[in-house]
Amino acid sequence: MVKNTLRTLIGASLLAAASLVQAQETRVVAITQIVEHPALDAVHQGVRDELAERGYKEGENLQIMHESAQGNSAIASQIARKFVGEQPDVIVAIATPSAQTVAAAARNIPVVFSAVTDPVAAKLIESWEKPGANITGVSDMLPIKKHLDMLQRVMPDAKRIGTVYNPGEANAAALVKLLEQHLAERGLELVKAAATKTSEVLGAARSLAGKVDAIYLTTDNTVISAAEAVISVGQRANIPVFAADTATVERGAVAALGFDYYKHGRQTGAMVARVLEGADTATMPVETMEELDLFVNPEAAERMGITLAEDFIQDAQKVVKSGE
Amino acid sequence: MLSDIAFYGALETGLIYGLVAFGIYLSFRVLDFPDLTVDGSFPLGAAVAAVLLVEGWNPWLATGMAALAGMAAGAVTALLNVKLNILNLLASILTMIALYSINLRIMGRPNIALLTEDTVLTPWYGIGLKFHQVSVALFVIVVVVALVLLWRFMKSEIGLAMRATGANPRMARAQGIATGAMIVLGVALSNGLVGVAGALFAQSQGAADVTMGVGVIVIGLASLIGGEAVVTPSTVLRALIACVVGAIMYRLAIAFALNADFLGLKSQDLNLITAVLVTLAIVLPGVRTKIANKLTRKQA
Repeated sequence: MVKNTLRTLIGASLLAAASLVQAQETRVVAITQIVEHPALDAVHQGVRDELAERGYKEGENLQIMHESAQGNSAIASQIARKFVGEQPDVIVAIATPSAQTVAAAARNIPVVFSAVTDPVAAKLIESWEKPGANITGVSDMLPIKKHLDMLQRVMPDAKRIGTVYNPGEANAAALVKLLEQHLAERGLELVKAAATKTSEVLGAARSLAGKVDAIYLTTDNTVISAAEAVISVGQRANIPVFAADTATVERGAVAALGFDYYKHGRQTGAMVARVLEGADTATMPVETMEELDLFVNPEAAERMGITLAEDFIQDAQKVVKSGE
Repeated sequence: MLSDIAFYGALETGLIYGLVAFGIYLSFRVLDFPDLTVDGSFPLGAAVAAVLLVEGWNPWLATGMAALAGMAAGAVTALLNVKLNILNLLASILTMIALYSINLRIMGRPNIALLTEDTVLTPWYGIGLKFHQVSVALFVIVVVVALVLLWRFMKSEIGLAMRATGANPRMARAQGIATGAMIVLGVALSNGLVGVAGALFAQSQGAADVTMGVGVIVIGLASLIGGEAVVTPSTVLRALIACVVGAIMYRLAIAFALNADFLGLKSQDLNLITAVLVTLAIVLPGVRTKIANKLTRKQA
C-alpha cells in the first residue's frame, strides 16, 4: 500500500515537472570567445545582462554555455564543433577568429557575432545591410572620424599623430589603415610603431618620443594589454595619449570617445533576443555602436603637459579622478 | 555525452595534428633535432595556401605549395645549424620568429578568410556524407597516404641513413653518410608535413590567421609522447601509428574536457590539463618498466 502511494506520488510529481518544462521552454544560448580580455569579458557580461533584462533568466527559461579558446585557434574550432553539435538556439561568437570558426562549422544555427570589426572582409556576411545567411551581429568598427574630431578639439595644433599597434592583429591592422586615410584627409601625418607582443609595447612607444605631437591608440588587444607602458612614455616625454576605449582613460590616458564594450555586449544581447523571438538573421543588418561616451582624465592630461579646457571637461560623461 | 559533431570535430583536428606529430617525430625522434620551427611553418603553410586559394589556384596545388614553403623554412633552420654552426634549438627559434614577419608579408594582412573559397573539401560535400564527416573522411585518406609514404621512406637507403645520423652521427659519418645533408633533408621534410597540416587546417577552419601557430610545438610533442605511451614505438610503423593515435587522443581529451562540466572543468583549464597529460605520459612508461623489472626479478 505504502509502495503504491509512493509510486503515484512520484508519478504525479514527474508529470507536474514535465508540464512545467513544457510551459516554460528553455532556450539555449552558446557563447564562444577567442580569449579572456577585459573588453571581451565585458561583451560577454553585457550579453548575459541584456538577455536577463529581456526576460531570459538563466536557470529558469535560459541555459547559457560559455567557453574561451585562450587564443588557440585549434581549441576555438573544437569549441565551435561542440556548440554546433549541441544545437543551441543561438551561438554568440565574440571576436573575429571565433566567429570564423563558428561560421565554418554552423550551417543552420543562427549566429550573432560581436566585437568583429569588418565582418565583410572576414567573409562572415555578404553585406552590412543584408547579411544573407545564418549570421549577423554587432561590429566594433571605431568611429575614427569622431575620435579625430575629439583629438583635434583638445590639440588643434597637432601635426603628427603616433600610434602603437600589432601588425599581426586583424582588427588592429585594419584600423590603422583607416586611421592613416582619415589623418591624410585632414593633412595630418601618422607615425606607426609596431609591437607584436605586449613586451614590445614599451620599446615601440619610446620610439615615438620626439617624433609625434600626440599618441592615439586603437582597440588593439596587444597594445591595450600594455597600455601603461605607452602612458608612462607619454608622461615622461610630454606626449598626450588618447585612446579609443574608455577603460584606458581610467588607466591614465587623457581622453577617449568610447565605446563601452559592456554596452556593445548589451546591444549584442538585444540582437540575440530578437533572434530567439524568431527574427531572421539573413535580413537583420549588422549594427555598429551608436552611443558614445566621452571619458576625460584631467590629471592625466596635466601629467602629459596639457590642460583640458573647461567646456571639454563639462561635455564628458565621466571625469576620471585618480585616487593617488 | 559527446555530440556527433564534437566527436568528428576532434577526429578532424586530431588527424591534422597527426601530420604535425609525424613532422615532430622526424625532427625530435629520428634526427634528435629539437625543432621549434613548426610554430612558424604551420601558419606559413596556412598563409601560402590561403593566398593561392584566393588567387583561384587548385586547392591541392595550393596545399602542395604550402608543403614546399614549409620545406624551405625547415631547410633554413637546418642550414643555420649545419653550415653556420648555430645551436639547433636556437636556429629553429630564429626561423620561427622570422616566419612571423614573413607570414604577415605573404598574407598582406593578419587574417585571410576562406569561408567562401573552394577548398580541398568542396568537391566532397556532394558524396552523401554528413557535413561534419566529410573532412574526417578526407583527412583519414591524407594521413594514411602520408603514413605509408613516410614508412616506406624510412626503410629506404636514404631513410636508413637519416636514422643513422640521428642515432649516432659519428658512426654515420664514418660509414660515409653526409650527415649534414641528412639533417637538412629531414628537417625540411618535417616542416613540409607541418606546412601541409597548416594548409589543411586553414581550409577546414575557414581562415588563415598569423596567430594560428601558437603552441603547435607543445601540442605536437604532447601528441607524440602521449601516443608513444599507448603504442610502444618499437618499430618505425608503430612509432608513426603512435603519432596519429596520440594526436587524436589529445583532441578527444580536449573535447571531453570541454564537456566535463560534471568535473567542474572549463576550457580555461585546458593548459593545465595538457601539462598534466604530458607529464603523466612521460612518467608512466618509466613506472611501468620499473614494476615490470621488479616482477621479473621476483620471478628469477
